[in-house]
Formats: sequence, C-alpha cells, structure tokens
Amino acid sequence: MENITHTIQAVPLNHYILLSTIIFAIGVTGVLIRRNAIVIFMSVELMLNAVNLLLTAFSAYKGDASGQVFVFFIMALAAAEVAVGLAIIVMIYRNTHSTDINVLNRLKW
Amino acid sequence: MSTFYVIAFLSIVFSLLVIFAKNPVHSVLYLILTFFTFTIHYILLNAQFLAVVNFIVYMGAIMVLFLFVMMLLNLNKDTEPGKHNLAKLAGVIAGGCLLVVIAGSLKALGKSEPVVLQNPDLGLVKNLGKVLFGEFLLPFEVSSVLLLSAMVGAVLLAKKEPRTV
Repeated sequence: MENITHTIQAVPLNHYILLSTIIFAIGVTGVLIRRNAIVIFMSVELMLNAVNLLLTAFSAYKGDASGQVFVFFIMALAAAEVAVGLAIIVMIYRNTHSTDINVLNRLKW
Repeated sequence: MSTFYVIAFLSIVFSLLVIFAKNPVHSVLYLILTFFTFTIHYILLNAQFLAVVNFIVYMGAIMVLFLFVMMLLNLNKDTEPGKHNLAKLAGVIAGGCLLVVIAGSLKALGKSEPVVLQNPDLGLVKNLGKVLFGEFLLPFEVSSVLLLSAMVGAVLLAKKEPRTV
C-alpha cells in the first residue's frame, strides 16, 4: 500500500477534474445521441461515476472522509435508480414492444 | 504517476466505446470495463472501501441487472433505428461545448497542487465506518428506506397488470 499511495502524489488535482469532466461530457453526449433507453441509462451511470470519482479525489485532497461517505450514498441511490428505471423500461417494452424513446413522443407536449 | 494517466486514458476510451457501440450488449460489456478502471482509480486514491463497494455494487449488481433486462427484452440484435446524422452531430457538438466550457473555466483556476494523501488510512473501512455511523447515521437510515421503497416500486412496476381492472 505504501508504494500505491506514493504513486498518486504527483498527479495534480486539475487532472482529476479534467478526467471527470471528460467522462461527464461523454455521458451527456451519450444521452443526446442515442435512442435506445437502456443505453441512455448507461450514459447516466457514466455521469454518476464521473461525479463519484471527483468527490473521492477531493476527499483525498482535503483529507476529509465526508466526501467518501457521500460517494457511498450516491452508490446506494444509483442502485435504487437503476432498479426503478429498468422496471419502467420493461413496462414500456411490454406496452410498445420497443425501447426506442421516440415511441414515447406523446409525452412531449 | 504514469499509472494514473494510463488508467485515465483507458477510462476515456472505454466510455467512448460505451456510447458509440452499435450493439447494446457490447455497450454493457464496455461499461463493465469502464467501471473496472474506476475501481483502479479508487485504489490509487487509497479509497479501499469505495473500491470494493464499486466493484460489488456497480460491476456486480447493476451490470447483472442491465444484462438480465437486456436478455428479457431480447435486444441483442441490432434493432435501434438510429437518429438522423444531423441530430447526432448536434448532440456531439453540445457535449463538446459542455466539455470546453468546464475545461476553460478550469484554466482560470491556475496551477493546482498535486493530490497528496495527508491521512493515508482515510478511505479504510475502519475510518469510514466511524464517520458513517457517527455523523451520518440519519442519512444512512434514510437510505435504507429509499432502497426499500425502490424495491417495492420496481416490483410493482414490473409486475404484469391484471386483466380485470
């Protein structure tokens, strides 16, 4: 463990922020360009994970354990969200025989 | 130091593959790889508890849930019609704009200090357990209610509706 904690010491905090920003932007792009509801869900998971990584990096940077506890809560929330969301997708599929979000355009107006 | 950059590069590549893979099953598999690289990031930050929880919850539970739903829906053939190229281009541009805005505002911060672990056993189970069951006891209990209600909601939604209403 000693050498692992030693490796991280030279990485600037900005690079963590940049990495999380890139992953978050990829998630946003995925939500915008895909039409399959399940892939959209996976993009949302990517965004949540980017935020988790950034919170952990900040927590290690400041030496405050609250950030990591917060990540733990986000993980519990993500599990609940995925369960409910996938149930909704299954219900949509049962009614429309497709997971294409464009069949839900009656919700638009 | 270079470990971080290699793993960060892998995370970005795999997450790009998640959103650009044609087949949804491939997307799920790439997402598993992305989460694995995130686990390595947590280990590098010496957040061992989060690494284990990320491994179990994300790569175990959530990915199995995704794969099961995909299997139930029989989506492994490529049925997605795909958006118009113009809409795709607009989406990519919008995501790129977000990236540029945040990265640009990051420039204004100037040079940052390297991440130094002041307290190396910060992310260990012992330390986090003390914080979780002391300071954050009420949110912890509330999250159990959240998980219970999510479970009830998922069962209620996915259950077949009775024919006679």
